[in-house]
Amino acid sequence: MHHTLEVKDLHFAYPDGRTALRGATLSVAPGDKVALVGPNGAGKSTLMLHLNGILQGHGEVRVCSLPVCKENLGKIRAAVGLVFQEPDDQLFSPTVFDDVAFGPLHMGLPESVVRERVAEALTAVGMADYAGRVSHHLSVGEKKRIAIATVLSMNPEILVLDEPSAGLDPRARRGLINLLRDLPQTMLVSTHDIRMVAELFPRTAVMDGGRVVADGPTLAILGDAALLSAHGLEA
Amino acid sequence: MLHINLADQYRRGTSLIHRLDPRTKILAVLLFIVTATILPAGAWLPYGLLLAGALLAAQASGLGVGFALKRSFVALPFALAAITLPFTVPGQPLAHLSSLTITVEGSLRFLSILIKSWLSVQVAILLAVTTQFHELLWGMRELRLPKPLVSIVSFMYRYLFVFADEALRLLRARAARSGQGEGKSGGGLLWRGRVAGGMVGNLTLRAFERSERIYEAMVARGFQGEIKTLISPPLTDMDRNVLVGWVTYLAMLLLVGFLF
Repeated sequence: MHHTLEVKDLHFAYPDGRTALRGATLSVAPGDKVALVGPNGAGKSTLMLHLNGILQGHGEVRVCSLPVCKENLGKIRAAVGLVFQEPDDQLFSPTVFDDVAFGPLHMGLPESVVRERVAEALTAVGMADYAGRVSHHLSVGEKKRIAIATVLSMNPEILVLDEPSAGLDPRARRGLINLLRDLPQTMLVSTHDIRMVAELFPRTAVMDGGRVVADGPTLAILGDAALLSAHGLEA
Repeated sequence: MLHINLADQYRRGTSLIHRLDPRTKILAVLLFIVTATILPAGAWLPYGLLLAGALLAAQASGLGVGFALKRSFVALPFALAAITLPFTVPGQPLAHLSSLTITVEGSLRFLSILIKSWLSVQVAILLAVTTQFHELLWGMRELRLPKPLVSIVSFMYRYLFVFADEALRLLRARAARSGQGEGKSGGGLLWRGRVAGGMVGNLTLRAFERSERIYEAMVARGFQGEIKTLISPPLTDMDRNVLVGWVTYLAMLLLVGFLF
């Protein structure tokens, strides 16, 4: 069966010796919307960096059935839209247009397609009028939306978002939740926002100590008080 | 949110100068500065014509004649680097300052440098206030400036504000905890120096970590070592006309400067 993401027994230690992943296993099928929860330092962000080949640990990572290795990196990066937690890191170009065009341009798409993709992506996140704006002058909520547009423009098969609702005020958070609900892509979203998990994601995976310690329907996971308290979570 | 608006000099507008292609404006400014530089010393008529050109451009930008004129004086202190000229250039003595002799030729050269730099700064200011920074970057890239250089300026501009905000937050955090107690407050000079040094180090580390994350974000979107940009449209007829007119004007100035 075709899987969008397949991670098996993945181990990784940072150069400073800190072990971040100790045998993480997770698979995501096309159309899945999966929340990834767990305490800080559980390895969520590290796992996400592996899905794009930015970090490469020991173990098996497959994206759209392709093993993550040097030859496949281009295809894999086009298939996995990775959005970092801090939008100021994601938006590094002089203008919003340049940032949203960055991905498609580096995929080698022709100019007319790049312009189309930028327009579509900005419309999808409700920021069509922002193309000429300078990222520095935007609010956090606006930056987060545009950060998502920067990968939507690459037409990825799966969106991988790191803490998309962190640091947003209630209104911006609500807007973001509605946006995520409307996006048709397969999703893997790491978050501490349990109420958002309950609202948006049918499936939840819990990470702790570099492993996926539980994976199942969100209702069942959030209903298991013992599991949640064992991993420092609250429903 | 804390925000610092450090260097945004751009003034919105729809004037002829605002609408010109950034490439045209950058070229025009560079040519103006080159012309001013190679004009001989003491060529007063061409200097006057250069000033007229700069003022005309300022008028056409809709910001008014005084706008760049007023701001251009900030550059004068830098021209003081040439202050030794009146004393060192040999020639007819003009005055004596104890054991130093001021020569006519030297004073002439100094005055010319002063005027030239003042004129050059005026057009540079005009360029900066009528062109958005990202347009300037784009123009520089299009004019084949070395790509790494343009990228460095681009990243610097993007993150200058982010770091200024970060530094501001650090300063506020320090101020918020700098209360006055029973004893002598403020601490010793050494201690305060250590605190300030720690803050600088902290900021440097954050910058370093951020640069890693930015690079990861670039790689995640397919970056392979070279920043790609869209192909640019050709210059419009208006831009061509303005450029041709400008070059003709500068060439005539040079002619006047060297012939008369």
